[in-house]
Amino acid sequence: MENIASIFVKSIFVDNMIFAYFLGMCSYLAVSKNVKTSLGLGAAVIFVLGITLPVNYLLENYFLKEGALKWISPELASLDLSYLAFILFIAVIAAITQLVEMVVEKFSPSLYASLGIFLPLIAVNCAIMGGSLFMQQREFGNIGEATSYAVGSGVGWMLAIVGLAAIREKMEYSDVHAPLRGLGITFITVALMGIAFMCFSGLKI
Amino acid sequence: MSKLFSEKTKQVFLGPLSKNNPITVQVLGICSALAVTAKLEPALVMGLSVTIIVAFANVIISLLRNTIPNRIRIIVQLVVVAALVTIVSEILKAFAYDVSVQLSVYIGLIITNCILMGRLEAFAMGNKPWESFVDGLGNGFGYAWILVVVAFFRELLGSGSLFGFKVIPQSLYEAGYSNNGLMILPPMALVLVACIIWVHRSKNKELQE
Repeated sequence: MENIASIFVKSIFVDNMIFAYFLGMCSYLAVSKNVKTSLGLGAAVIFVLGITLPVNYLLENYFLKEGALKWISPELASLDLSYLAFILFIAVIAAITQLVEMVVEKFSPSLYASLGIFLPLIAVNCAIMGGSLFMQQREFGNIGEATSYAVGSGVGWMLAIVGLAAIREKMEYSDVHAPLRGLGITFITVALMGIAFMCFSGLKI
Repeated sequence: MSKLFSEKTKQVFLGPLSKNNPITVQVLGICSALAVTAKLEPALVMGLSVTIIVAFANVIISLLRNTIPNRIRIIVQLVVVAALVTIVSEILKAFAYDVSVQLSVYIGLIITNCILMGRLEAFAMGNKPWESFVDGLGNGFGYAWILVVVAFFRELLGSGSLFGFKVIPQSLYEAGYSNNGLMILPPMALVLVACIIWVHRSKNKELQE
């Protein structure tokens, strides 16, 4: 239990998806123009990460890893299917986003109205795929840890995008040098936020 | 030959190198561009891998463009890209293991690199295979050169070396010069890209926002 909590906090602050690994930058820069939409996208990322990562965790441990197929028959124990990881992970992510989109549309039209447009975008958000690949690399002990990592990373991503959106809303009124206006100054803002987040990097939890 | 390199194809190839650069203008594929640029070697390998994958994915999707049902096109594109990325990743593991370890998850993340999806959606779905191939090469190189420039400055100023060889003479260190540790940290990649954008947009006034 302690481990789950520490993984959660760590994935929000120390291993922040944006500031430590630059994952999901494209939508991060494109959709951070105002706080309200960025909240919506952040919520959608938490949602999709929290569903796809545990599914990919099960896939990795009961299907792909070397010796993972033991539960079918002992003869398959030597099989290593990890080279299929990329294709299967992305297929799972694309399928689940599609599924989530349909379910949300059917059962909660109001949620769909606020999240709907972002869901297809999320299939190609690097943060989702990155989460699964990091999960593969870090070899979490059980599905609880994997889920807490997923939700934590999502929360960290949301924190980052809402923060940037708030700063950009204020920055509308500042007088930035013309060639740097828009994209350039946003990059520098993200860099400064990243440096600020580095104060967490020595943290041992 | 004249047919292969018509005026339009040339435009398709040269556009992404500057006026329509995938990173500084289209803002695609930023994630990997920032994460792999602490050293020149991984940046170069990453640039080449992306170029190869974009070019071939563009050709494949362009050949299939009339048979792909519209509703499932994103999944088809993802599967084609994922297959190509798997091939490249296995080749790197076999022939350049050190680099593939340094690139870690970022090779896998080429699948979700927005340059790929962007080019497949915007170009390959509506153009012939040869033009799509050229477009892929152009965008790949446009991406690669930004990576190499950023990596050049980060490695030179951060570690005092290029491709792992020391280039800043020892006497300079003795005179009191020291490496700028800040350049190694990930946020500096953002600042360098911002500087490239700054220079680029000062030269091309029509790109300014």
